[in-house]
Amino acid sequence: MFQLLQYDFVQNAFLAGSFIAIMAATIGYFVVLRAQAFAGEALADIGFAGATGAAILGIGSLLGMLGLSLLAAIGIGALGERVRGRDIEIGMVLSFALGLGVLFLSIYIQSGANANAGVSVLFGSILTVTRRDVIITLITGSVSLLILAFLFRPLLFASVDPEVAQARGVPVRLLSIVFLLLLAVATAEAVLVIGVLLVFALLIAPAAATERLTHRPLAAIILSVILGLTFTWSGLILAFLGTGHNLPVSFYISTMSALTYFASMLIARIRSPRRYRELPHPNREHIPVHTH
Amino acid sequence: MFDILQYPFIQNAFAAGTCVAIIAAIMGYFLIVRGLTFAGHALPNIGFAGAAGAVLLGVDPVIGLLVFTISAAIAIGMLGKAMRERDIAVGIIMTFALGLGILFLSLYSGYAERVYSILFGQIVGISQQNVLFTAVSSLLTLVVLLILYRPLLFSSFDPEVAEARGVPVNALGLAFLVLVAITVSIAVQIVGALLFFTLLIGPAATTARIVQRPLWVILLAIILGICYTWSGIFFAANGTWPVSFYIATISFAVYLPIRLLSPLWIGQQARKNIATRQGTLSSGFQSGKDEQNDATKASGRVSGISR
Repeated sequence: MFQLLQYDFVQNAFLAGSFIAIMAATIGYFVVLRAQAFAGEALADIGFAGATGAAILGIGSLLGMLGLSLLAAIGIGALGERVRGRDIEIGMVLSFALGLGVLFLSIYIQSGANANAGVSVLFGSILTVTRRDVIITLITGSVSLLILAFLFRPLLFASVDPEVAQARGVPVRLLSIVFLLLLAVATAEAVLVIGVLLVFALLIAPAAATERLTHRPLAAIILSVILGLTFTWSGLILAFLGTGHNLPVSFYISTMSALTYFASMLIARIRSPRRYRELPHPNREHIPVHTH
Repeated sequence: MFDILQYPFIQNAFAAGTCVAIIAAIMGYFLIVRGLTFAGHALPNIGFAGAAGAVLLGVDPVIGLLVFTISAAIAIGMLGKAMRERDIAVGIIMTFALGLGILFLSLYSGYAERVYSILFGQIVGISQQNVLFTAVSSLLTLVVLLILYRPLLFSSFDPEVAEARGVPVNALGLAFLVLVAITVSIAVQIVGALLFFTLLIGPAATTARIVQRPLWVILLAIILGICYTWSGIFFAANGTWPVSFYIATISFAVYLPIRLLSPLWIGQQARKNIATRQGTLSSGFQSGKDEQNDATKASGRVSGISR
């Protein structure tokens, strides 16, 4: 098994897969906390248009995805500081992006290219990741994580209670736009591994599963990074070792992450069936009523 | 330019497209009002995975579509009650289904063109039989929607009061999702998974910002949906670009100015309403309450900060 690691494409797959899993799981924690799952989905679909557009122009699909997703993140951010409850606007942008993606794909195929180009964007193509992609991933990933570490506390505060954060002078709106940019980078790179249609497997599922198991932010982030890495590595190992069928990596990763999420739901129900029913607001002190 | 209308395949495309546009506009309105936009995006994609499985097994794609979308609709209805959790549950169910979809596709060694046409649509390859099937099933769906119309509307706008008045809110929600799943299964074969979402959300999202009464929103959305579909097919038949692109672009181009300008008249209406009724606005776009609840829940989940 270990001699596989000599091959370039195996090394690239493991390197890019690991960076992306770490970044997606960390940013995914905030996506779950801020209830922006649908925005993540829309950014991935915009990445589809970016990747197919880049294919026509002949530049790398990762650069195309990054470019268009970042632009869209600025656009969504300009819609307002609240992306929550804006699912109609996001849905409209998403459907337009898909229409553009279909157009670019059909132009690309009409120009005589392989029709499978679209499929690799939709379902991921980690085995064709180049060394250049690995370097881009490494640089953008570490810059994003640095920014995230720098903004960690104010972002957490603004995500949990935007009103109070605003009142205390936290620049909630600016943070929201910066976070969407980070999300755009994470989504574009997760698409590289697992594809537009399965981006939730790396972006949302690890964080959503851990959210049901622990309430402490740092523990949740660490646990979701561990989960993301486990899914990616075992997906790659299963795909390389093979079961005789040569099944795609994306299938293993998405199935494992979905099953983990369902299991975490079950565990949370068994551990404390009433936990999610009524939650006191932590910012409103419970004042005991004095009866004389 | 208009002589393309003589060709039978273009006529079929217009007929089937019109049926789908009408049903999609009505369903889309309820999806928007119930905060299920994401489910409207996920169900067609889930259907695509089911179709891939059916092709692998060698059965009619519609069977795979129905099995996958109906089970997903039931799961979505059961899993997430709160909006916050529902989006995540919907997304992960979609990921699970599509993961199976890529498995089916990779196991299928034959020519998978038929499956991809379910993703991107192939409105110009519709037979007379398809048109008849689509028309009959659209009519049946329309009848069911008419029967459910009032209680569904009531439970969408004010679930608590509806429940107190004895409306079976949960069963109704589940029945609606299953109805959406059946519609998706029929429509996706005609217009494709990606385009169907545009026809669902686009018209209703636009008209809900123009008029207020549910019936007017729905009727206007039907008209818009038919216009989008007709002009999309017309452009695609005369040009070289795909129908999905034309319809998505027209829909977005109509929506964008209305979305940007609507605060001008929506604000006025709201002020007038408050002045006359001194009560709450019964508009589907009042997500303020939900947001408050969601924010409360979110802050409850994370302990030890914001002190």
